[in-house]
Amino acid sequence: MSSYSGLFDILGMRDWCDEDKKPSLLSLGKLKGGEANWYDLNFPSLDNLHEACSKVPQTRDFTAGIEDGFLAIRPALRTVLDPLTQPLSWALDGALWLFTSTPWWALVPLLTLLCVFFTKSWKIGTLVLSFMLTFLFIDHYDHAMQTLAIIVVCTVICVLVGVPLGIAMSKSDRLQRMITPVLDMLQTLPTFVYLIPLIFLFKITEPKLYGLAIILYAIVPVVRLTNLGIRLVDPDVIEAAEAYGLNKRKKLWGVEIPLALPTIMAGVNQTIMMSLAMVVIASLVSAPGLGTLVLDGINNLRLGVGFVAGFAIVLLAILLDRVSKAALDRVNATQSNH
Amino acid sequence: MSKKVKVSVQGLYKIFGDDGASKVDLVKNGMTKADLLDQHGHVLGLQDINVDMKEGEITVIMGLSGSGKSTLIRHLNRLIEPTAGKILLDGEDILSLQGDDLLEMRRTRMSMVFQKFALFPHRTVAENAALALEVGGASKQEQRAEAEKWLARLGLKGFEDSYPNQLSGGMQQRVGIARALCAHSEVMLLDEAFSALDPIIRSQMQDLLLELQKELHKTIIFITHDLDEALKLADHLVILKDGYVIQQGEPQHIILNPSDVYIERFVTDINRARVLRTRSIMKPLAGQDLGVALPVSADDNLESVIEMVNGDTSKSFVVESDGQQLGYFDMHDIVAAMVPQRAEEEWVG
Repeated sequence: MSSYSGLFDILGMRDWCDEDKKPSLLSLGKLKGGEANWYDLNFPSLDNLHEACSKVPQTRDFTAGIEDGFLAIRPALRTVLDPLTQPLSWALDGALWLFTSTPWWALVPLLTLLCVFFTKSWKIGTLVLSFMLTFLFIDHYDHAMQTLAIIVVCTVICVLVGVPLGIAMSKSDRLQRMITPVLDMLQTLPTFVYLIPLIFLFKITEPKLYGLAIILYAIVPVVRLTNLGIRLVDPDVIEAAEAYGLNKRKKLWGVEIPLALPTIMAGVNQTIMMSLAMVVIASLVSAPGLGTLVLDGINNLRLGVGFVAGFAIVLLAILLDRVSKAALDRVNATQSNH
Repeated sequence: MSKKVKVSVQGLYKIFGDDGASKVDLVKNGMTKADLLDQHGHVLGLQDINVDMKEGEITVIMGLSGSGKSTLIRHLNRLIEPTAGKILLDGEDILSLQGDDLLEMRRTRMSMVFQKFALFPHRTVAENAALALEVGGASKQEQRAEAEKWLARLGLKGFEDSYPNQLSGGMQQRVGIARALCAHSEVMLLDEAFSALDPIIRSQMQDLLLELQKELHKTIIFITHDLDEALKLADHLVILKDGYVIQQGEPQHIILNPSDVYIERFVTDINRARVLRTRSIMKPLAGQDLGVALPVSADDNLESVIEMVNGDTSKSFVVESDGQQLGYFDMHDIVAAMVPQRAEEEWVG
């Protein structure tokens, strides 16, 4: 039955193993264990050891254990996280309402002008306008605006949380050592895995479910690059600031943040792009927007629907990337002042 | 000299490492830099530094890289904390300053000029210059007026609204100096301020500094690795090696009496005719006949004297200062002074 029965016999643990077992199985195990068949030797994995000794847990017992453990702390987690994350739900609902209920003839020019204001580039404005008109023309405008609303809210929260966190990391090597593995994990966990514990924690109809998944995934670059940007500020300039009596607050706001701004903006650009990537996947947990169309295409094998939605996502990605990069270039330009 | 001591460094030690304080006694008992690193893993930065920097003088601290000169100057405004010793500014121990008092001291009493200029790249030249005033809470108009005044004095009129990276290195360092002057501090720390500049600009900047000094009479502490620069600027020269003061004093005296092979090696490479002054080689008057002697100023260098007589070796000279005759010398003394003295020989000039 198993190559490892003999092992438990030798270790004298047979009695412990077979406390709950029927005697007939015991004799069979002994018989098989006696024959040494090296070619068929199994790795002593949990499942194989379980066959030899029923007291050893199976791998599926472990996964079940994790699930039980999570379910056990779920009420406590919910009590803490639910009120804490409620504003996220409100923000997402509010933004979705704002972006979908504002008439297109008001929102499209407004967004175009906002982009022109932030990038100081009419070229970018023209791009935004033409893409928006494309969304309208192919009747994907509402979905695109839902996606955009979610990205805006999540990016703002990522920046509000991520930038201070990055600054704190840049000031403390210990904090950096503690947070870096967490960031590594958030960045490498497959995106679907984020969704599983969140489904357990929140109702699937709550916007904060996908909001949190997006934020956890997209916050990493802005934290990393803020930390990096502040650490890379020329130490000579920092020394000059100290030599002229700048206190910590003035040093941070007057020197470090302005000089790190191009790097921080690069992080924001990455955060926006990662939000977009996640918002599509989050359609699995009821995030509205273009992702639902892609999901529809997959679920119902509607190739055309999925393809056009994918094309709209690409347009949205180009749009977000160009606008944020143009804003970054403007920051760079004021810094180096060519 | 009767000038007041402005900054006084007394028994200063700096030992880099986790537990420098406990290693001070080892060094005091004669442990060398190499042994300290081998046996205790600590780096000896400075040991037993005693320097008095007098009001209105330029004190030059000279040494090669790794000699601790940049470490020393950063102790004066406590960008680096000493391991042991005292630093007095106007008799007040600056090591007792805490928090805002320390920041206030840095802002109002000591200003610093850096080797790599260290200007804020995101601010205009005028905003950079007015940094200390801005930190002190002066009004915008006041900042602007003061910045304009000093920038104009340093020949940067019209560049107020430029950004630092639009200027050349020499101009950037002028902004650095304007920033220090705007602070109205009595003490200026210049950390290899001209080392990053090319030779001609460097020489111009040295002249500019001397010219400003004639007007402003600041207490200047100047760090350099260049002996020519040190000799041109110094009223008081301090030579550092491996973290300790190897010789200090009047620069002319050090050239003529190097106390150590290390300094001698430095001194052999300089243009002695340009550095030595008549007062350093003159002999005391003892009622000689000075009938044919040409009058020269005590601060003239030997090069200018040779040039004055077109190298005529028969001439002799009388040294005068403020109408008084101080001493005399002839061409033979000039020629003798061209040859470096050996440190081993005790020769008092």
